[in-house]
Amino acid sequence: MSKVGTDRVKRGMAEMQKGGVIMDVVNAEQAKIAEEAGAVAVMALERVPSDIRAAGGVARMADPTIVEEVMGAVSIPVMAKARIGHIVEARVLEAMGVDYIDESEVLTPADEVYHLNKREYTVPFVCGCRNLGEAARRIGEGTSMLRTKGEPGTGNIVEAVRHIREVNAQVRKLVNMNEDEIMTYAKELGAPYEVLLGIKENGRLPVVNFAAGGVATPADAALMMQLGADGVFVGSGIFKSDNPAKFARAIVEATTHYEDYELIAKVSKDLGTAMKGIEISNIAPADRMQDRGW
Amino acid sequence: MVKIGVLGLQGAIREHVRSIEATGAEAAVIKQKEELADIDGLILPGGESTTMRRLIDKYDFFDALVDFGQAGKPIFGTCAGLILLANEIVGQETAHLGLMDIKVERNAFGRQRESFEAELAVKGVADNFEAVFIRAPDIEAVGSEVEVLAEYDGRIVAAQQGHYLCSAFHPELTDDHRLTEYFVKMVEK
Repeated sequence: MSKVGTDRVKRGMAEMQKGGVIMDVVNAEQAKIAEEAGAVAVMALERVPSDIRAAGGVARMADPTIVEEVMGAVSIPVMAKARIGHIVEARVLEAMGVDYIDESEVLTPADEVYHLNKREYTVPFVCGCRNLGEAARRIGEGTSMLRTKGEPGTGNIVEAVRHIREVNAQVRKLVNMNEDEIMTYAKELGAPYEVLLGIKENGRLPVVNFAAGGVATPADAALMMQLGADGVFVGSGIFKSDNPAKFARAIVEATTHYEDYELIAKVSKDLGTAMKGIEISNIAPADRMQDRGW
Repeated sequence: MVKIGVLGLQGAIREHVRSIEATGAEAAVIKQKEELADIDGLILPGGESTTMRRLIDKYDFFDALVDFGQAGKPIFGTCAGLILLANEIVGQETAHLGLMDIKVERNAFGRQRESFEAELAVKGVADNFEAVFIRAPDIEAVGSEVEVLAEYDGRIVAAQQGHYLCSAFHPELTDDHRLTEYFVKMVEK
């Protein structure tokens, strides 16, 4: 008897991605560049986050043609984004055979109250989080992988740093708590008690937690690894740079050898201009993607 | 006590370390080729084989890994690690390390939504091994020196050739450490 879509199978897939870089791509050509550079997976999109930010309007699941084109172009796993709470977008992507779905705040939410019940799907999900409460709620809903939200499409790492530090500090606090303190902590965080109890018992989150949202340079990727990320998503950074292939390779190397500063110096040379970047305080609160999700 | 390395470029490294330690052996994460000199056996973990191969080349690991195997030191490849060990890959003109006389097909069981877990009989290891298959390869054909250790649905999913061991599934993702233990015993010999 074989079983598909179990927690082990869904979470295990994310375990295999550890130490790697997942790159946003918008067509087959970019997907091949990413694979060739050593990406562990690609995220098939219609527009990268910085273009979504620039274009405004409602951002939705990518055209299935683009997702199919990317799936046909590479042998590494292909991820795609569905709107928060959009049951049908997620089911469509699952039916297409996408390997992982990102229930993503980068797209305009379809539901301002509920996230997807991710336990019901065979395909695994990744979700963003800014703190342990959000992380635990998403785990409770059945996500198989987490990532920091950061502030997507800004090329500014500050929010991703804030989020990984917050989650890890709260995990440490939880692990050192007495068991009789956990229910109140669950209440404070708005987190499911059972999920917190599991984290306390195991000493860490039950799923991998990648960095995302603002990684623009090899040093940014290495910084997130040093702060305890299991791997890195790079969105706009790569294909908005002058030399995407070289940039992609540099990010992969800096992620693998995040404590080898001489190597990071070497791979950071002559990369051309990185994406311009946006100061977070210049983004109107309504345009902050990280505040989407509940 | 034997010391077993896990190639630490990308993938499920921590899980293998945990599994090795659960058998009572000593574990080490190998990030530089010089570190191969300190270990008695090596595990090539699951991950993305194309990514790992790129990093193997980049850090000049290739010859060091082949030499390690040819010197008679045991190597155990799981999933992507099995692909690295094979001397023939379906649909590709070139293989990677080519240390085992096996022909493998990548993602042979399909994409992630087809990934599954099942109980398997693994020869010399267990009748009821909990095997987790994730976008797993299979072994399409084996050479005369290769012993088949497990099949699923008529397809070969674990094999041994002398001091080389491989599995298409992930023994490191469960608390069933019997296959790792089997490899530790191979290293002890």
